[in-house]
Amino acid sequence: MERPLTQHITFPPLEIRQYEAIGGYQAVRKAVRHMQPQEVTALVKESNMKGRGGAGFSTGMKWSFVPMDVPGPKYLVANADEMEPGTFKDRWLLEGNPHQLLEGMIVAAYAIQATEAFVFLRWAYKDAAIAVRKAIAEAYDAGYLGKDILGTGYSLEMHLHTGVGRYMCGEETALLNSLEGKRATPRAKPPFPQVSGLFGKPTIVNNVETLSFIPHIVNKGADWFKSLSRTADGGTKIYGVSGRVNKPGAWELPMGITMRELMEDYAGGMKNGFGFRGVLPGGASTDFLIEKHMDITLDFAGVAAAGSRLGTGTMVVLDDQTCPVGFVHNLEHFFAQESCGFCTPCREGLPWTEKLLWAIEQGRGRNEDLELLLRHTEWLGPGNTFCALAPGAMEPLQSALKYFRDDFERHIREHRCPYHDPVPAAPASAHLHHTHHL
Amino acid sequence: MLSMTEKEKIEEEIRQVPIKKAACIEALKIVQEHRRWVSDESIRDVADILDMSAEEVDSVATFYNLIFRQPVGRHIILLCDSISCYVMGLKGIHAELTRLLEIQYGQTTADGRFTLLPNPCLGTCDHAPAMMVDKDTYRDLQPSALADILEKYT
Ligand SMILES: Cc1cc2nc3c(=O)[nH]c(=O)nc-3n(C[C@H](O)[C@H](O)[C@H](O)COP(=O)(O)O)c2cc1C
Ligand code: SF4
Ligand code: FES
Repeated sequence: MERPLTQHITFPPLEIRQYEAIGGYQAVRKAVRHMQPQEVTALVKESNMKGRGGAGFSTGMKWSFVPMDVPGPKYLVANADEMEPGTFKDRWLLEGNPHQLLEGMIVAAYAIQATEAFVFLRWAYKDAAIAVRKAIAEAYDAGYLGKDILGTGYSLEMHLHTGVGRYMCGEETALLNSLEGKRATPRAKPPFPQVSGLFGKPTIVNNVETLSFIPHIVNKGADWFKSLSRTADGGTKIYGVSGRVNKPGAWELPMGITMRELMEDYAGGMKNGFGFRGVLPGGASTDFLIEKHMDITLDFAGVAAAGSRLGTGTMVVLDDQTCPVGFVHNLEHFFAQESCGFCTPCREGLPWTEKLLWAIEQGRGRNEDLELLLRHTEWLGPGNTFCALAPGAMEPLQSALKYFRDDFERHIREHRCPYHDPVPAAPASAHLHHTHHL
Repeated sequence: MLSMTEKEKIEEEIRQVPIKKAACIEALKIVQEHRRWVSDESIRDVADILDMSAEEVDSVATFYNLIFRQPVGRHIILLCDSISCYVMGLKGIHAELTRLLEIQYGQTTADGRFTLLPNPCLGTCDHAPAMMVDKDTYRDLQPSALADILEKYT
């Protein structure tokens, strides 16, 4: 089985000479010397690579929206904010092979003729910051970055930006506001960032996993990329599993393996004494899947057909000794806290959802609360809020109400959590960024 | 008042961006690196150097979880309170940490050594529960391991 993305991951990661020795930066040489920018975009489009950041949008298509004839700066951003709870794939790529990401970024930047590139990295990834900073310096020294790259006349400056912590920084238009030094609130679309992004200039934002794959597509071609996958969505995918399984971890596997293979062959099944109740297939903002979905294929279409989203491909397992109400309360606490407050349904609705769930979890819930929670999943659903945070927050809630309704009802009937003592969420006063006296 | 070093570093950031305001987050990070937190006075100083109003700078500062607008201790503990850690034993880790430190989330120990904060997913969910102390990440935590970890930070 080929594992192009992860086969050269080491800790500490390869230095530039070692990376070059295993064929590193060949894709940069090939692209900037022998391909037209539009040819690179066409190749990526042909490969049918779909973005690994969660939404699954065609990467080549996205690049092709960049107007190539406008003068002035253009930007490329690697989205390395990775704050989706339960997600731990980009960290692996960043810490384990930063040159692969940089190489993908240089090729992507060349394809859209970007003049500057940014790695937008979350604050908590301290080891990744060290690895990426070192790799950027090495790439400059070797002539892959800076002025007149490899004597071709193409120039690119690259910067590492470390964030100051907010889930919304991962949303691509909010990320751009944050890079401009502002609050990370999203922007209205259109105009799309491809046309008017960072500082009003054409900008492409791609996920770390997406960009890390680009060198391999350039080196080996679109057909090879498609052949890695078992389904129409090409490539390999980093899948991960956390929770009470025997071998939590992340693995690069052919796109489209089944849930059962992932859970049993890789994650090693449930820990002794624990049963499987459900799983969030792609991070906190995806709908639960349950036992009956074990044989679905884990590609974009397969997970969508089962009523959820592939999302980040890193899964969180709900076991039979963890309270589903408490589980969802933990998620909604996160979303309520991280809501940027820009639009009313999300700003007001998420804290309300959190309170209702906490009341139920503590045995203070009323039957009407279930109806109220259901209404929220509509009020905060797609089309009613300014960005995808709120609809994402509703996905685990709506599916929990569907699959674990008995558990919600039992809490209300018995006036207690039948599983364990409720685990309170941190109060607002725990966050020291709130207080101001000006 | 900003120190000379802080000023120079902020000026350097201003040179990197097309408009002064765009250096706002970097400026706040620089101040926090030097003073551990960002006081009202610092907000005004940053506003002056960036030609912004203090309110505008504060609206940015208070938006981000890790810009501290209150004094903090010498070491910051970020305990992951997200879902995989919740499943894998956050409760026991939280109980033992608050017992050892004798503080709650958002508080600083009387000796000024530690501040304890909750933090969303640290991206190491396959090794939950997890926490960070300053730059260091601790994985697969057991309550019994916490005392030794805290010992390392003086
Ligand atoms: C609230 C929110 C948070 C997001 N966080 C991330 C993130 O941390 N990393 C990421 O790559 N995409 C994130 N996204 C998706 C991005 O908006 C964007 O779709 C993605 O970076 C595009 O990359 P791709 O085309 O390579 O998938 C987030 C979206 C939302 C709505
Ligand atoms: S949905 Fe939530 S996070 Fe998105 S813009 Fe509205 S308030 Fe902000
Ligand atoms: S949920 Fe704690 S590290 Fe991801």
